Amino acid sequence: MTADPTAVQLSAVRLERGGRAVLDGIDLVVPRGSITAVLGPSGSGKSTLLAALTGELQPAAGTVEVLGAPLPRDSRALLQRRKSIGVLLQGNGLLTDLSVAENVALPLRTHTDLPRAVIDRLVAMKLHAVGLRAAADLYPRELSGGMARRVALARALALDPPLMIYDEPLTGLDPIASGVIMALIARLNASLGLTSIIVSHHVHETLPVADRAIVIANGRIVFSGTPAELQATTDPLVQQFLRGEPDGPIAFDSAARAQAA
Amino acid sequence: MPFIAATRSLGRAGLFSLSVLRASTPTRDFFAELVREIYKIGARSLPIIAVGGAFVGLSVTLLGYRALETYGASNQISALVGLGLYRELAPVLTALLFVGRAGSSIAAELGLMRATDQITALGLMAIDPIAKAVAPRFWAAVICVPLLTGFFCSLAITASWFEAVHVIGIDGGTFWQVLKDAVDFRHDFLVALEKSAVFGGTAALVASYVGFHAEPTVEGTSIATTRAVVNASLLVLMFNFVLSAFLFGK
Repeated sequence: MTADPTAVQLSAVRLERGGRAVLDGIDLVVPRGSITAVLGPSGSGKSTLLAALTGELQPAAGTVEVLGAPLPRDSRALLQRRKSIGVLLQGNGLLTDLSVAENVALPLRTHTDLPRAVIDRLVAMKLHAVGLRAAADLYPRELSGGMARRVALARALALDPPLMIYDEPLTGLDPIASGVIMALIARLNASLGLTSIIVSHHVHETLPVADRAIVIANGRIVFSGTPAELQATTDPLVQQFLRGEPDGPIAFDSAARAQAA
Repeated sequence: MPFIAATRSLGRAGLFSLSVLRASTPTRDFFAELVREIYKIGARSLPIIAVGGAFVGLSVTLLGYRALETYGASNQISALVGLGLYRELAPVLTALLFVGRAGSSIAAELGLMRATDQITALGLMAIDPIAKAVAPRFWAAVICVPLLTGFFCSLAITASWFEAVHVIGIDGGTFWQVLKDAVDFRHDFLVALEKSAVFGGTAALVASYVGFHAEPTVEGTSIATTRAVVNASLLVLMFNFVLSAFLFGK
């Protein structure tokens, strides 16, 4: 029996917020082992798509399959499924009353019966993987933006999830920290055999590590292909996004954008 | 339709309360969080409870002495202070001080956790945020508020004794004997502790509910904190009347 080659599959998905369609007709296949960049301007619905992938938002139509099975609607079953999905949030979401090591240990302590010594060892390994072993006893308020992002990454990897989702992993980071984070994502994906989905609007930093790219704009997927194909496309909508031009088919004004969607 | 909206809110709060009880699993992590919360919302409330209790004892003694002196019954002051404290004042005032001190902090903490993605992160790590962030605070309040009420009573009675015996001049032996004869340990003191447990649980649930569902903004956290104090205080006063009517109404 061979493993399902598809990690995530969205079929004819329609996602709504407050009764208004944010994304419609979304078809997406993410192969196992790949790094897929989900790109698009701010407000295009990238975070809404992420919410659908984690089960926070149920699709109004269509199906979302993650790791070979549809996401359950029951909240307890959904919590169980989330053990196999690691998510790096834009705001990190580190618990401020716990130290770095306690933050990384939290999922292990909650979901496993491992002895304390083994958990400590695993936490040290995870922190070593993101280059922060020396920061184990610090608290989140003592970390720089880049360090906090790496701690959140170590925590997201704590349970060795086969699927990692990164929500705007570069927001608020300087170019060096951005480079470190992207290199880490690529290295961890290869060494741990993960499947990664990077939701971002940082095109030039994300594309070099991605195997596939999709662009979301005006409430739909406007491009799907390899990074090379993306760079070569002549689609005016994609070109406007890639070049950062204020005028074009993607409306800058929110009212016009809502109308287009 | 305000009535429908109010009914819906009440239903949500009821379901939230049930989910807190359902999430209260006695695991090692739960007890670790519980101890931490008992320290944060219980031990740290001791100074305010001590000062509050002492001044309430002094005020009630002064007020009671003036009224009883008219009838030549000033040596009954400890009975009035004791019954007034155990039956009504101590549970209610301790709960109100607790709401101001700890209820506001529970709402603010949970509101900030919401605003800084900590609650979202817990859910994404397959950790029930109610089990992790709410249930330990609820049980810490249920445990702490009765203990704080007992502490409040001790300080109030001590302050009352000091004022009655050393300032007003009532005999010390009479003070304690009258108090002992008037106050029943089970029907007055233990009932006060039971009322306090209800008030503590109510305060924690209200504060947790509004904090947990706060808008993820600075304003949202601020509104949740205010709402926690106002709603919990009013509920404590309402529940006190209902419980007193049942317990002492005969």
